[in-house]
Amino acid sequence: MSDTFTVHLKIWRQAGPDQPGKLVDYTLDKVNEHMSFLEMLDVLNEEIVAEGKEEPIEFDYDCREGICGSCNLMINGQAHGPKAMTCSCQLHMRNFSDGDTIVIEPFRAKAFPVIKDLVVDRSAFDRIVEAGGYVSVKTGSAPDANSIPIDKEVADTAFDYATCIGCGACVAACPNSSASLFTGAKLAHLNRLPQGEPERKKRTVAMVKQMEEEGFGDCSNFAECEAVCPKGISISAIAEMRRNYMKAALAGTEA
Amino acid sequence: MNLDAKVPSGPLEEKWSKHLNDIKLVAPNNKRKHDVIVVGTGLAGGSAAASLAELGYNVKSFCIQDSARRAHSIAAQGGINAAKNYPNDGDTVWRLFYDTIKGGDYRSRESNTYRLAQNSNEIIDQAVAQGVPFAREYGGLLANRSFGGAQVSRTFYARGQTGQQLLLGAYQAMMRQVNEGKIEMHTRHEMLDLVIIDGKARGIITRDLVSGEIQRWMADAVVLASGGYGNVFYLSTNAKNSNVTAAWRCHKRGAAFANPCYVQIHPTCIPVSGDYQSKLTLMSESLRNDGRVWVPKEKGDDRHPNDIPEDERYYYLEEKYPAFGNLVPRDVASRNAKIVCDEGMGVGPTGRAVYLDFGDAIEREGKKAISEKYGNLFEMYENITDDNPYEEPMRIFPAVHYTMGGLWVDYNLQSNIPGLFVAGEANFSDHGANRLGASALMQGLSDGYFIIPYTVGNYIADADLGEVTKDHNAFDDAAQNAQDQIDKLFAVDGDKSVVEFHRELGQIMWDKVGISRSEEGLKEAIEQIRELREEFWNNVRVPGESSNYNKYLEFAGRVADFLELGELMAKDALDRDESCGCHLREEHQSEEGEALRNDEEYSYVAAWEFENVNGELNETLHKEDLEFEFVELKQRSYK
Ligand SMILES: Cc1cc2nc3c(=O)[nH]c(=O)nc-3n(C[C@H](O)[C@H](O)[C@H](O)COP(=O)(O)OP(=O)(O)OC[C@H]3O[C@@H](n4cnc5c(N)ncnc54)[C@H](O)[C@@H]3O)c2cc1C
Ligand code: SF4
Ligand code: FES
Repeated sequence: MSDTFTVHLKIWRQAGPDQPGKLVDYTLDKVNEHMSFLEMLDVLNEEIVAEGKEEPIEFDYDCREGICGSCNLMINGQAHGPKAMTCSCQLHMRNFSDGDTIVIEPFRAKAFPVIKDLVVDRSAFDRIVEAGGYVSVKTGSAPDANSIPIDKEVADTAFDYATCIGCGACVAACPNSSASLFTGAKLAHLNRLPQGEPERKKRTVAMVKQMEEEGFGDCSNFAECEAVCPKGISISAIAEMRRNYMKAALAGTEA
Repeated sequence: MNLDAKVPSGPLEEKWSKHLNDIKLVAPNNKRKHDVIVVGTGLAGGSAAASLAELGYNVKSFCIQDSARRAHSIAAQGGINAAKNYPNDGDTVWRLFYDTIKGGDYRSRESNTYRLAQNSNEIIDQAVAQGVPFAREYGGLLANRSFGGAQVSRTFYARGQTGQQLLLGAYQAMMRQVNEGKIEMHTRHEMLDLVIIDGKARGIITRDLVSGEIQRWMADAVVLASGGYGNVFYLSTNAKNSNVTAAWRCHKRGAAFANPCYVQIHPTCIPVSGDYQSKLTLMSESLRNDGRVWVPKEKGDDRHPNDIPEDERYYYLEEKYPAFGNLVPRDVASRNAKIVCDEGMGVGPTGRAVYLDFGDAIEREGKKAISEKYGNLFEMYENITDDNPYEEPMRIFPAVHYTMGGLWVDYNLQSNIPGLFVAGEANFSDHGANRLGASALMQGLSDGYFIIPYTVGNYIADADLGEVTKDHNAFDDAAQNAQDQIDKLFAVDGDKSVVEFHRELGQIMWDKVGISRSEEGLKEAIEQIRELREEFWNNVRVPGESSNYNKYLEFAGRVADFLELGELMAKDALDRDESCGCHLREEHQSEEGEALRNDEEYSYVAAWEFENVNGELNETLHKEDLEFEFVELKQRSYK
């Protein structure tokens, strides 16, 4: 087994949504290169609980496999930390060195209010999907699955966009806090499939409108979103969203 | 206790359609007068909520994550089975049914399992219509692959992320109903108790995980789809928040818990690396289609795997099971990995691992083809272990993965408490003593899309549901019960953390109620769990307060339940004095180490009834005898 090393942590502590927050210093000397970043925080929390002087640090997680989209840490100013295409839960401590100082903050955006410490409320994403991010099909009324052949390429591209895990890193990384990559990804998944075609315009207009209503900013092509996206969602989703939106708007489609 | 399975009479093929004909319907204009609670938004809960809402019921949906889209089902990698026979390799509904019954070692109910196979095809149609991007062939049609324990290619998949795509399909169907006002969605809410009035399930108690508020919810029926209890082992492939609380609290209110000892151990997981470890990562079983499993023949051979010549490698699965080779079912693969490691042939720093080698496959098909099939899994492996599986074999070891046990249900998926329905991994049905790969997703969606919507309607149409209010003393009692437990947890104020208790429990469970079990070990486990439970209630430390977001408090409640469930699992394993499926009792194996079933005495579902006798857990065993009318009971053989 490998040796342990020490890191200095500056972690955002905030008791509740209406409370002021601040960065608090911690030092952890039991870090091992095979630990995930969240396991490192678990170890710190166990120390905090053992000392009993303050409350453990709250952060979101579930699968710890990079697929559920729960985890959301700003690590040294980068959404999900320094490693490309990697969620906070799949970032391992081998990406850090002995003596490093690591700043940990929540994903910040007006549309993502802080609940406590590093936990934020991302329900705005659900409301964007609610506005139209689906194919309207009733249970039990579907035709045979092979009755509509789909080009492998179309299916593969749709899949690429469908892999968005809704983590919100794109929003946190964007100087405008835009949710365009998230929204664009869902649209680019559904809009290109024959199943999604009939609702294409309506869906696009409705989701874009909802995105604005939630308080996300506009996209001005910084491409920071694509750079941090753990699933490598291409920014071309945003261009596609715009084209579809323009067409729908010209055709007078309403949400 | 009434364990009437309510299986319709008649030929197997016609039972479900006959039942559908007999089922009572609720008139469309009446449906909107009925509220249904659905706990859980995984594949089972999500699909049930969406389908019930489409029909017109008012659905109240609950989950503990911040969004329905994050339920644990999202993590399923490999695929979902269906008897479409698109590859024309001779698959039929009967074959899928037969494989499932046989794979489960004849410990599931024939009628339920047959219905699962029947519904399978419709699930694929439904998912494709929703826009789920399954893998396709160049001709534009859906692609299939084979999966552990099957000789036909009947598994549909979306790269290594099938669960995610299917769940997003169900989630999107749900969000559409939220938009229509038919689903009231409550995320970050944990169900803490079930409310029973006049013998019927009429509501639940939840804790708002953000505000800490204890709340009351009322309905005409409750559908529990809260997932499995694999996290009782602490280390497992389950998401960290997966737990047994909702099901366990129903059990404490009278719902029978069936076959708790049936725990599936998945053969292809990334091995444990250290004691800080919070969970284990599964590598999809589809890897066994092309990967060859081996260990060095020589004990303690610590050469680099690439330096070990072919004739010094022991391909134990291929040698022992020539017909299935590396594709033997999970229990067989897991057990054999443990055996070779116990014999000292294990590899890696802990000696608790075997190799899964893609060398031959890469030589045969090229790196590109292999990367197309398994690329993201290889990346995941490399990210976690820092080793490159294109260049050297992966190291794998079995880990707890899935629980076949759960609340007992009849053919309608109704528990023994009227009005309490149980779907997906939370119920015990369909998989018997062992679940075949790609069958859990199938079951979750079959339950949620195609069974629950009809059977809940049947219940509502027929039930004599009087008016009740949230002031009813059953609500007071349950709300008080939930609050009392929280107060009690804080009151202990000890000095050992919740995590430490959980880890200790997990170790007992893994050692003695894991891959193989013995009478002696199980008796010890029961004693040790009791002691640990007592220590928990005397020495646990729960920091913070209950009036806001407090993950440690959530976990404390769940670990308290695991400490009770663990004992029942050991008890059930002790009582089942036979080997079957994943349940290997060391006392019952052939000379070659194969599980020896005892159909004469143990061909039943073990359904446990809970009674609290002055704080002691008292569990009484009831049996639902399994009858096999349509298949002949055979010893499983994968030779
Ligand atoms: C890593 C992994 C890979 C897998 N791969 C496959 C595969 O390839 N093929 C396959 O068929 N199966 C696979 N499985 C198994 C399969 O994923 C699960 O059995 C299945 O998804 C369970 O679905 P479910 O809907 O029953 O429960 P879950 O998806 O676990 O959902 C449970 C829901 O209940 C909610 N909940 C739980 N407790 C409470 C409570 N107290 N109050 C409120 N809400 C609560 C949760 O929030 C969640 O929404 C895999 C499992 C794992 C762990
Ligand atoms: S687009 Fe990428 S960064 Fe944004 S929510 Fe989806 S997965 Fe996360
Ligand atoms: S915890 Fe699920 S993606 Fe990180």
